[in-house]
Amino acid sequence: MRQHEPAMKYIDEFRDGALARTLASKIAAQVQPGRHYSFMEFCGGHTHAISRYGLTELLPHNVRMVHGPGCPVCVLPMGRIDMAIRLALDHGVILCTYADTLRVPASGGLSLMKAKARGGDVRMVYATQDALQIARSNPDRQVVFFAIGFETTTPATALAMLQAQREGLTNFSVLCCHVLTPPAMRQILAAPEHPPGGGVQIDGFVGPAHVSIVIGSQPYEVFARQFHKPVVIAGFEPLDVLQAVWLLVRQVNAGRADVENEFARAVLPGGNPKAQACMDEVFEKRDTFEWRGLGELPQSALKIREAFAALDAERRFQLVYQPVLDHKACECAAILRGMKRPQDCAIFGSVCTPDNPVGSCMVSSEGACAAHYSYGRHQDGVA
Amino acid sequence: MSVKPGYVRPLDLKNGRVDMTHGAGARAMAQLIAELFARHLGNAYLGQGNDGAVLPAPMLNGQPARLVVATDGHVVSPLFFPGGNIGSLSVHGTLNDLAVMGATPLYLAAGFILEEGLPLADLDQIVLSMADVARAAGVPVVTGDTKVVERGKGDGVFITTTGVGVLPDGLDLGGARARPGDVVLVSGTLGDHGVAIMSQRDHLSFSAPILSDSAALHGLVAQLLASGADIHCLRDPTRGGLAATLNEIAHQSGVGMMLQESAIPIKPVVAAACEFLGLDPLNVANEGKLVVICAAADAQRALAALQAHPLGVDAAVIGEVRADARCFVQITTALGGRRMVDWLTGDALPRIC
Repeated sequence: MRQHEPAMKYIDEFRDGALARTLASKIAAQVQPGRHYSFMEFCGGHTHAISRYGLTELLPHNVRMVHGPGCPVCVLPMGRIDMAIRLALDHGVILCTYADTLRVPASGGLSLMKAKARGGDVRMVYATQDALQIARSNPDRQVVFFAIGFETTTPATALAMLQAQREGLTNFSVLCCHVLTPPAMRQILAAPEHPPGGGVQIDGFVGPAHVSIVIGSQPYEVFARQFHKPVVIAGFEPLDVLQAVWLLVRQVNAGRADVENEFARAVLPGGNPKAQACMDEVFEKRDTFEWRGLGELPQSALKIREAFAALDAERRFQLVYQPVLDHKACECAAILRGMKRPQDCAIFGSVCTPDNPVGSCMVSSEGACAAHYSYGRHQDGVA
Repeated sequence: MSVKPGYVRPLDLKNGRVDMTHGAGARAMAQLIAELFARHLGNAYLGQGNDGAVLPAPMLNGQPARLVVATDGHVVSPLFFPGGNIGSLSVHGTLNDLAVMGATPLYLAAGFILEEGLPLADLDQIVLSMADVARAAGVPVVTGDTKVVERGKGDGVFITTTGVGVLPDGLDLGGARARPGDVVLVSGTLGDHGVAIMSQRDHLSFSAPILSDSAALHGLVAQLLASGADIHCLRDPTRGGLAATLNEIAHQSGVGMMLQESAIPIKPVVAAACEFLGLDPLNVANEGKLVVICAAADAQRALAALQAHPLGVDAAVIGEVRADARCFVQITTALGGRRMVDWLTGDALPRIC
């Protein structure tokens, strides 16, 4: 964008057009003709950057980016949204959550947004601190923070709970739906549809950015060793993604499968020990958790430890999770596993649009379908 | 102490508040109108004191002219924001709806929905701002209406303004007139209003040194039209920002557009605020900017006319109109890739105007 004053420091440097073209030509020079490269960007943040900056047009034709499941609201199964809606409508709580969660389709044609229109007190917050503040200002109301997201958002939830406990806030609780990244990556690689059995080819991962700030680069070593897939941890800026693709192409060409850290300005091998300790104090792994698209995955999500039971909305309101089947025609499940592209779905862009999403991938700007609809459908060549 | 016969205690503009009697159609309401609305907005038409104002038939260059009517409701929250308040905004909003039609604004009407408990001092300041900007624009508020709703049933004050303007024969600036080959201009930096409002929202608490761009655009439009450039379409990109406005025009005209991201003027502070709020400045509201679609041959003439006006110094050519049956608005990103510029789903910033 044309700017009149100094640019945004530490951001614009990673959106430099000239550098992007240099990187693009380096990638083009690196790829071997006749060979196909298929990389999964795990995170919705990468999906968004790729679509937002039109990066696929800068990549050679034999490099394909496959969207991964790393969009927090996309992997939330409907049954979890139903729990939040019940809290708002049946239990009369003030339900606080992050914006994208409000529009995720739930059972019975509802969403949190529609529950709000039906009288539910649903509030969008930017931070867990906002939810805490709402609890402090409404001592006569129950306030529930609907906590979603990968390891990126988990420490903030843990911190708010520690704070609530310290302050003795009795009207605050958390509906914990935090999920973990490594089990999802493992599931994608271990799934039978992936080579050598056929299906979608994944030659490497653009590894998570913000998640890795928290958990570090070490948890990905197993994917390099056990599955022989290179992982390049990369930031969410467009040059980060291009640099990661270049590093992945080099690894593939050399037959290597290493964990490389492109996002060294923020990610340490051991991550952020303080954040990890905070999470560990409040949460423990669930035996199993249902993901949209990936199904039940063992040890793949977090629940609230016994010591914090008083802050656990599932216990406080005796909520029971009930799985719900997704819409028959919706291909979110296959899209989240990298098996299909958004435009392969029969209802993409017609029945299912960002204004009227059927599946969760059409909701968040990080979702593969919404990103393709909003930024990329000019490439589809159909009216 | 003696009290003069017929003495009526004046409105307490310092500590008083709107109460239900102010909407009851009786003495308290008459007093509010006389001591607050008429004091600021008073003119011969308003002074007629009837339910409607009797206005002379519009003439333009000695000929009866076409009338343009526009109406616009304002529910902005908060009521006061850097660079304006709901009063100035409600005048600018409607004047701009007339301006982008190419009309010269003549009269305004204003309807107020007041919430019980609104401090009269706030209302006074709001109406004073309306009067100031209406006077600066040379457009009187000729009639109005006041209603009061119970506490909790409104949010301070909502204002609906209606504007009447005249349009010269032969001028047609409809959204259906964009043609392939036309160029797209904007009159200045985008997203200022939305970010100024966001910076004041309770739950966000960030301080951005940014003022709303709220302004009346009919002067800028007059200067642009006087340049003789072949202007096909004008719009003010309010809610939904540039993205919504260009998509509307593209669909009305049955064309596509290709923008250049690097050409779009955006203040760094707005870009930075949008960055951490997760917004695209192209989706953020403006209240004092023009989108201009004009014939390619006249692009420089139009640009020069815009830049010669104080409200257009940052004007820029940002793209072109293309033939595209799908009516897609696309952009070449600063990185050289292409993407769509789509309508935003939902409202990132509710109650922005």
